[in-house]
Amino acid sequence: MALIDLANPTRFLTLVNRLLPWLAAATAILFAVGLYRALGAPDDYQQGATVKIMFLHVPAAWLGMMGWGLMSVAALGTLVWRHPLADVAGKAAAPIGAAFTFICLVTGSLWGRPTWGTYWVWDARLTSMLVLLLLYLGVLALYWTAEDPGRGARAAAILSLVGAVNLPIIKFSVDWWNTLHQPASIVRMSGATIDPSILVPLLIMAAAFTLLFFTLHLAAMRNEILRRRVRTMQLMQAQKFAEAGA
Amino acid sequence: MSLGPHADFIIASYALTAFVVAAMIAWVIVDYGAQKRVLGELEERGVTRRSQRETQS
Repeated sequence: MALIDLANPTRFLTLVNRLLPWLAAATAILFAVGLYRALGAPDDYQQGATVKIMFLHVPAAWLGMMGWGLMSVAALGTLVWRHPLADVAGKAAAPIGAAFTFICLVTGSLWGRPTWGTYWVWDARLTSMLVLLLLYLGVLALYWTAEDPGRGARAAAILSLVGAVNLPIIKFSVDWWNTLHQPASIVRMSGATIDPSILVPLLIMAAAFTLLFFTLHLAAMRNEILRRRVRTMQLMQAQKFAEAGA
Repeated sequence: MSLGPHADFIIASYALTAFVVAAMIAWVIVDYGAQKRVLGELEERGVTRRSQRETQS
């Protein structure tokens, strides 16, 4: 199957139906391994056992940002190339990205209380992550409240592209401003500063969460394609009734 | 495995994450079932999409 064939929703659905059980199984296996390694990882010499929150918090932060990146690429597909599946991909990614951003904020808060002595501070990293959650809610509101789905999709695509400005702000906020949040310790030019006994479980958990994201995203895209079919058929039925009544 | 003096924070983090992940999984499964049911009902009433009619003819 050529890549261009995936532009056809029916062919895309066939592929998704084949892929989903394998993706779900791979996700479950990676989570089993990741949780086993994460819960067995040694305590941090400064933070003690609270470092275990990192195995949830960091992957959730990465996926919250990746979700918005995916929506921005999909927005280009909607506005520039008018790809039939681009808006479906963007709309399906929004609630999943929002959920991961929410997990990141709440687990970060629960990690902050014993580590920093406070649940929340208005520093640049925390605030820019909260802005990301609000942007997600804005996109969801546009999708859910627009009377004309086409107009809603275009408005959501524009907001997705504008909101992409926030991604480098989140990433570099800890370098550009003085923050209570620690600077980057994994994705850095000079390599990770975390000991392998903690880094390896973290990377396995990150892979598991990433697979979960794509599994949920493909399933949500399949649902969205079916929802659009339902809408088309309901409109056709309504038109038939109107013609019969006239 | 000892979770130390801040066990409540660690357990709350894992419980919340498990809840949100379970909610997302339930959402895609329930939504899929709902869309398939409505599609089935519409097809039973003889409503077909244009592309379906072209395939059938």
